[in-house]
Amino acid sequence: MKPFAYVSAPDVATAVRAIATEPNAKFLGGGTNLVDLMREDIERPDTVVDITRLPLTEIEELPGGGVRVGALVRNSHLAAHRLIRTRYPLLSQALLMGASAQLRNMATVGGNLLQRTRCPYFYDGASACNKRVPGSGCDAIGGFNRNHAILGTSDDCIATHPSDMCVALAALDATVEVESVRGLRRVPLADFHRLPGGTPHLETTLEPDELITAIEVPELTAPSCYRKVRDRASYAFALVSVAAALKVTDGVVSEVRLALGGVAAKPWRALQAEAALLGAPATEESFRRAAEAELEPAVGRPDNTFKIELAQRTIVATLRRLSDRSTA
Amino acid sequence: MVTLRMRVNGVTRSLELEPWVSLLDALRERLGLTGTKKGCDQGACGACTVLVDGERINSCLALAVQYEDRDITTIEGITHPIQRAFIEHDGFQCGYCTSGQICSAIGMLAEHGAGMPSAVTEPGASGLSEAEIRERMSGNLCRCGAYNGIVDAIKEVAR
Repeated sequence: MKPFAYVSAPDVATAVRAIATEPNAKFLGGGTNLVDLMREDIERPDTVVDITRLPLTEIEELPGGGVRVGALVRNSHLAAHRLIRTRYPLLSQALLMGASAQLRNMATVGGNLLQRTRCPYFYDGASACNKRVPGSGCDAIGGFNRNHAILGTSDDCIATHPSDMCVALAALDATVEVESVRGLRRVPLADFHRLPGGTPHLETTLEPDELITAIEVPELTAPSCYRKVRDRASYAFALVSVAAALKVTDGVVSEVRLALGGVAAKPWRALQAEAALLGAPATEESFRRAAEAELEPAVGRPDNTFKIELAQRTIVATLRRLSDRSTA
Repeated sequence: MVTLRMRVNGVTRSLELEPWVSLLDALRERLGLTGTKKGCDQGACGACTVLVDGERINSCLALAVQYEDRDITTIEGITHPIQRAFIEHDGFQCGYCTSGQICSAIGMLAEHGAGMPSAVTEPGASGLSEAEIRERMSGNLCRCGAYNGIVDAIKEVAR
């Protein structure tokens, strides 16, 4: 690991001032991703600003039925919180299906949003990777790409976003609150992560000097769940995951939220599928048609073409589970 | 260099170290507590699991400076029925992952006791089924494959 200067920030004002004034500085939360990337020499900050002592650990109810979560709430604590378990089962389940118990005890909500891809070519310094070294190429495209993206890819990058939590937040229309020396800003989660295009090294719309302070999740009244398909039963990244909320009224879909994980460089809100479902009969045929509409633009590679069908089947299975519950 | 104090196995220790030293290396190389093992050094195997204020974490991904004034428990500070149960149920072969497994199991039992759900928890369920134990312990790999013994040992203590 490259040596670095260490600053511990006691409050948000000090933290955002430090990141703005220290050259090549990075915020450090739980460390589960950044420390690993620093040890691999992929992240090489000159200064690390430790934010784990900031008072951003509250989970509060908002007027109107939403919830506000401080950026330093640990993933395990968020998953176990009564408000999250009762109001947002999809979010609690997504968190519990991510990583291991030890990592969830360390990892923060803000850090989870900023997780970087687990593409092996990104991690391997001997491989070409436009994300790690812009302009160097992408060895994943002609390489082993079983875990890679099928939606929103470019000729420069087919990496996926690894987070489960973010998939649930995408379905929930969450908002990310960020702060810098310039003040406070709110970013809809849909606009927070970027697709690769010609600049895969730019992964979010966060400015380098901005600190995530909280996320806000609006009220959800429809039944919801998270389903994750992976190569082993636990402690593995998603091949495909689905975060869904579905309300059925008189046999017709009256409310639906759908997002996919493991398929793109960002948590993928399935707006095509939602449009096809709203007002349609809550049947297997409707679910299948909606899933097909969403995956229509998908592009498979030799090792991951199976994901296109897998994503459709997982959407259908998840909606069926919710619709059975809704009509039971 | 950073000077910091932490409580390790009930004793306050003073450390002077570089900010890039992991909690794992601080315990092993600076304090001589080599019971905590370095497996993958990237948060994938769980061999380095220790308890911080009673919660299990991977000490390889923790920078020691972030744990100033915290209460750290390593295998050297543990006397718990789970240790005998691991012996009785052959919960190991080579033993390299065992200190992490033991720390993780103790943290897991506390989490379960406090009502922490897992990905396989059914609504209304309260016991620690085999499926629950396997899911909750999935962050601790055992290359010898002593999982059946590990699950049996934890099941016995959880009863």
